[in-house]
Amino acid sequence: MPQSSVRNEQAAVAQAPARSRLGARLSLLWQQIKAARHSYFLMAPYMALFFLFTVVPVVISILLSFTYFNMLEFPKFIGWQNYARLFLEDDVFLIAIKNTILFAIITGPISYIACFVFAWIINELPPKLRAFMTLVFYAPSISGNVYFIWLMIFSGDRYGLANGVLIKLGVILEPILWLKTEAYVMPIIILVQLWLSLGTGFLAFIAGLQTVDRTLYEAGAVDGIRNRWQELWYITLPSMRPQLMFGAVIQLTASFAVADVSIALAGFPSVNYAAETVVTHLIDFGTNRFEMGYASAIATVLFLLMVGTNLLVQKLLRRVGE
Amino acid sequence: MAAILAPRKRVNRSLSGSVSLFLLLLLFGAFMVLPLIYAVNNAFKPLDEIFTFPPTLFVKNPTFSNFTDLMNLLGNTWVPFTRYAFNTIFITGLGIVGHVLLASAAAYPLAKHVFPGKGFLFQIVVLSLMFTPAVTAIPNYMILSWLGWIDTYWAVIIPAFAYSLGLYLMKQFMEQIPDALLEAAKIDGASEYRIWWTIVMPNVKPAWLTLIILLFQMLWGSDGNGYIYSEQLKTLHYAAGQIVQGGIARAGAGAAVALILMSVPITLFVFSQSRIIETMASSGMKD
Repeated sequence: MPQSSVRNEQAAVAQAPARSRLGARLSLLWQQIKAARHSYFLMAPYMALFFLFTVVPVVISILLSFTYFNMLEFPKFIGWQNYARLFLEDDVFLIAIKNTILFAIITGPISYIACFVFAWIINELPPKLRAFMTLVFYAPSISGNVYFIWLMIFSGDRYGLANGVLIKLGVILEPILWLKTEAYVMPIIILVQLWLSLGTGFLAFIAGLQTVDRTLYEAGAVDGIRNRWQELWYITLPSMRPQLMFGAVIQLTASFAVADVSIALAGFPSVNYAAETVVTHLIDFGTNRFEMGYASAIATVLFLLMVGTNLLVQKLLRRVGE
Repeated sequence: MAAILAPRKRVNRSLSGSVSLFLLLLLFGAFMVLPLIYAVNNAFKPLDEIFTFPPTLFVKNPTFSNFTDLMNLLGNTWVPFTRYAFNTIFITGLGIVGHVLLASAAAYPLAKHVFPGKGFLFQIVVLSLMFTPAVTAIPNYMILSWLGWIDTYWAVIIPAFAYSLGLYLMKQFMEQIPDALLEAAKIDGASEYRIWWTIVMPNVKPAWLTLIILLFQMLWGSDGNGYIYSEQLKTLHYAAGQIVQGGIARAGAGAAVALILMSVPITLFVFSQSRIIETMASSGMKD
């Protein structure tokens, strides 16, 4: 017994400073919190709503994805069943996820590069012309969901602009039902999505280009940079890394979230689900079929897919110009 | 030509490169703007010109008949047009005011103060930029119905207050305010709330405009997000959607609606462009 009591004593002696260190740290933290109470008060209204409408819903969504829930009865825990059904039985979900990834890998990078390239060209124009061209490129994404213009362009009769022009040119003989033909639906939505994609990211690039330090270019010319391409790669891009990362998040998030354009142009559901995306699939189960547990599983997959891709892209972009 | 393309007389610019890049810009500029020009022209086309073969881009005999049709159509609806307009203006106005106030109040400490949990809170805000609101639609519906806000304006307005892109841009912009300015006010005995309201807020006017236009874009185009069922509470954009879906008979009125809907935000942007660019300059993500 004496031995163990000695050991206990030793342990107690060893623990005492640790405990008081923890206590000291807690009281220091409390001091800091009290000192910063005005900061918390200022943030409280926003953060309360942000947690209520964004953070808590993500948690609820993840929890619900493991249940059967129809909005009437209390959710019933069913483990991984929703996910098993999603990936093993739901053929339409596989179309949806294929289309969503297609959007992400086509419209994501193309729109990102387009945002940058056009911002870069526009930046070299004189101020008046620069403001005008900025408006031209930004107008589609700000004009308030008027993508239904494209319904008139791709209308299935001879009076639609696309059919009319192609018939006139003799490329086709009779009108094509553009938005009701599986082969054309996705390319058209990608086109419209690209048309809409020069938004916040584009403006961030225009702004970022204006803040690049002019003296860097002069120094670069002295150091032997010979043309605009080298200048772009060695000076402009590295100077804009923060905006490039912000733009990537904005463009990528938008390209994963395709739903409104698909529903407006291709209908809901689209012909043979050709334009189904993860978000339209989510809407289908959430608002039409009231299978909330299953819809939450779709939402969770979408959440992980988007956040995972974004974090990966952020990691890659840190290497630009290194 | 060279003088237009390289006004600042920069080094390392070949003329052929400038011309080909400018042509690229014109080509894609046309792709961006032609659908909008087509929409504007359609709004002034008489019905027989909308349905003509071959279809034309530009109007030949401009008329206002589509707009009078639209007015007649909206004058006969059960809910008057002015009610839809009021709903949209009310939601947009209140949503913008609330968001600018709440987001800038929260952005000030995040940009300028040191306190426990700051890094964590900002990380969550950045993370929320990385997924679409569709992810949270179902729990949001449950929370809104628990609050009793389904089928009221609040279901659209209050969640808009907590739009995360607005907070993010505001915080990044506020970081540029010199600390000396805030220190001076603190020495004069101003409270944090006073400093926020009388020093920080007037210094971030470009960011206000940016938040205003982002929220305007979101709320002006809102159709109620599926939370509003009562016809008398529905928005302009919802009413417009109904008209556009009306098919051939409504094609003219639909084109007129599209023109009205898009002209308001575009006008707003024309007047606020330089301020918005100024805000976006600070939008970058630092590690």
